[in-house]
Amino acid sequence: MQPRDLNAERFGAYPPQARSFAVAHMDTLRQLPLALLPSVLREVILYDVLFPAERSTIDKQVSALAAMDQRQLSDCVHGFAQISLSRELEDFDWINHPAQFLERQSAWLWSTHQLDTFRAAANEYSSHLEAVMRVEAPAVRRLGIAVVGQGVSSWNEPLFGNLRRQGTWFNRIKSDNGLRLLLDATAQRAREHSAPYAHWYIDGGAAADYDAAVTTVSWSALEPLRTGLLRRMQKQIERPGMGPEQLNTWLAQLTPAELGIDGPADPVLARFQVSLFTEGSGTQIFSTTFAQWATREVLRRAQALTVLARYAPRQRQRPMNELLSDVTSTAPELDPAGSLVDADMAAWYHWVNQQRLPGYQQSAFIAWFENHDQAVAIGPTIPRGTESDSPLDLGQLVALVTG
Amino acid sequence: MNRLIQSLGTPLSLSHSRREFLRDAAGLVLGSAMMASSPLLRGEAVRKKRKVIVITFGGGARDQETFAPEGQQNIPHLLHELIPQSSFFSHVTNRGILGHYVATASLATGVYETLNNFAAVPPQHPTVFEYFRRDLNRPARDVWVVAPSNGFNRIGESECRSYGAGAAVILPKHLLAAAQPGGMKLDHLLRDNYENPLFTPHLRGGEFELQQLDRILSLSVEDFIAHARTLSSPDELSVYIAIRLMQQEAPSLLWITMHDIDVAHSGAYSLYIDGIRRTDRLCAQMWRAVQDNPEYAGTTTMFILPDFGRDADYDAGGNGFQHHRTGDAASRTTWMMALGAGVRPGVIYDDPMQSIDLVPSLGAILGFSPAQSQGKPIRELV
Repeated sequence: MQPRDLNAERFGAYPPQARSFAVAHMDTLRQLPLALLPSVLREVILYDVLFPAERSTIDKQVSALAAMDQRQLSDCVHGFAQISLSRELEDFDWINHPAQFLERQSAWLWSTHQLDTFRAAANEYSSHLEAVMRVEAPAVRRLGIAVVGQGVSSWNEPLFGNLRRQGTWFNRIKSDNGLRLLLDATAQRAREHSAPYAHWYIDGGAAADYDAAVTTVSWSALEPLRTGLLRRMQKQIERPGMGPEQLNTWLAQLTPAELGIDGPADPVLARFQVSLFTEGSGTQIFSTTFAQWATREVLRRAQALTVLARYAPRQRQRPMNELLSDVTSTAPELDPAGSLVDADMAAWYHWVNQQRLPGYQQSAFIAWFENHDQAVAIGPTIPRGTESDSPLDLGQLVALVTG
Repeated sequence: MNRLIQSLGTPLSLSHSRREFLRDAAGLVLGSAMMASSPLLRGEAVRKKRKVIVITFGGGARDQETFAPEGQQNIPHLLHELIPQSSFFSHVTNRGILGHYVATASLATGVYETLNNFAAVPPQHPTVFEYFRRDLNRPARDVWVVAPSNGFNRIGESECRSYGAGAAVILPKHLLAAAQPGGMKLDHLLRDNYENPLFTPHLRGGEFELQQLDRILSLSVEDFIAHARTLSSPDELSVYIAIRLMQQEAPSLLWITMHDIDVAHSGAYSLYIDGIRRTDRLCAQMWRAVQDNPEYAGTTTMFILPDFGRDADYDAGGNGFQHHRTGDAASRTTWMMALGAGVRPGVIYDDPMQSIDLVPSLGAILGFSPAQSQGKPIRELV
């Protein structure tokens, strides 16, 4: 089937808002090449459970395409029109299973050496859209906070090497009550600039007390979901013929209801929580990976204004000699030092992902070695690559970078 | 989008940063300033004694954790022991599929293979092992592959007509699965596909593997297990097996595929760094084993190269070091070092080459004709 053959009946299995959106924009969707359209439909089919920022993006994207004349549209999607797809892909039910189509398309692009062409087409498409889509500055300067090193009493290696080049290294931070001050600052921003899913607290361990105005996910709170998913994954892995690709496809199709989340009070958040484990790699095993991936996704998808990400010790990876020598199954030990290294890199990625969002020139960032006197601060008024011995507490540091 | 972070990470800049770093840190000179002819010795008598070891520095490591200034702390053995003895090729590009099995198969055939990365299928084109055996009339025992995982068990030979007699593949984890007493919890150790860090295939170690232990490696099950208990990772086990093979069989062509680094797919940066440091140490261990073995010392050329890199921090389509899915410059651009017999030491070459150029270069060194390879011999090596 080709996009030009689309009609309203084809979207009969879509959720209500997704169906309405697709039908309302049918003429535009029909004009997109098959190498592109399922990427759009992957978002559309989830329209009912998208974050507001995601809805806004897909609305603007399709409206911008609709406003183009034939030549402009042709220029915009030209690269995708050059992609050659297999008959099998054309025959695939890409309307109802766009994510699975994209998995297969990706394999096809790699195997036919068209991946670079596809990347170029995607860049060209983005450039055309960026030129016509109105980008709104965030309501308030975006703020990222990474809290790393929980459980590490001393550390002699350099920390935040990448981030230090972007801001100022503070070496006399007053650490007393530091986490509470950061949580309070996050809550204050959530109350003053209230918007759905705009202010987040992500914890790789057990969440500290937090304000209800802040959207929160934590490794500990999602333990039942995670362990339930792991049990189901283990059963799938044991099935004959199951391989990594099949497992990924199976994971991508899981819904909150299938994982025991029936009639959630917040279906948008429930779907996001499930996706952290079904779309992330390693998020099911390591809490540091969970927190890093959650932060990335909150920024990419919800375009959050505030993200406080706190990293906790993950389980230790046992070396081969231990596994061979120990026939008993023991409870996982923790690896605070390794987790600090993980979190240091994750803090860097937090900042990099924040810089991809509108208003990046004004955004602010803090990374703090929890319960220690070291932090790095980045912001438009903060000098780069310098060091400060000012004795600030964490609340004052937030005020400094956001002021 | 921040334009600053978009401007970083082109293939040329990656190559140049490697070159500049090595010139500063290791005192290497630029190959372009030297005479073009290769110092490799020629002649049938020399070729018959020549041995080649290929180590893939896998699976997938980036410059910023290896040859960039901030990564040097992770590769002390490469930097201080091996590179001064090496010709270093700073600009190697992999234009194929960036999956570990298919990319390693491409390295071994000199053709960008398009096979399913996750299927137990043979390469679509003749392998270096088949060219070597057929053209030089070498016996099966003269060429071996030591590979990390289940998926690599078909890499030794293709199904091409007139070829097909290639290398036997030893999968150390299969040996372990065959030799280990029942009930041991090996968890991640037996995971052979970090693309999904939870996926653990069922290994079927059995009679054949135990025969390999006994007949080829001259190891009792007890000794093998006892030694495995002193090792921390599958790659350490692979190197132990490879060195044992060198002692027992002295193959002329030995191919070792490392894989510990690919734990990066789990998203734990510290484990990825641990993997790089371990692989760095194991490469030096292999080179010392060459020097300590009279069959190899002085006649061996050793190649070390990653199968590919990993995604850049700045590519929005990826998640930095965790994967190699974007096909960006950081994931496609890598390096190669050659050291030992016939190699000019302490030289950097930064002319672009492709990973499929390895097989034709090995053909020129060893004297076989890789008829179906699509790469070109590396001028500085032949």
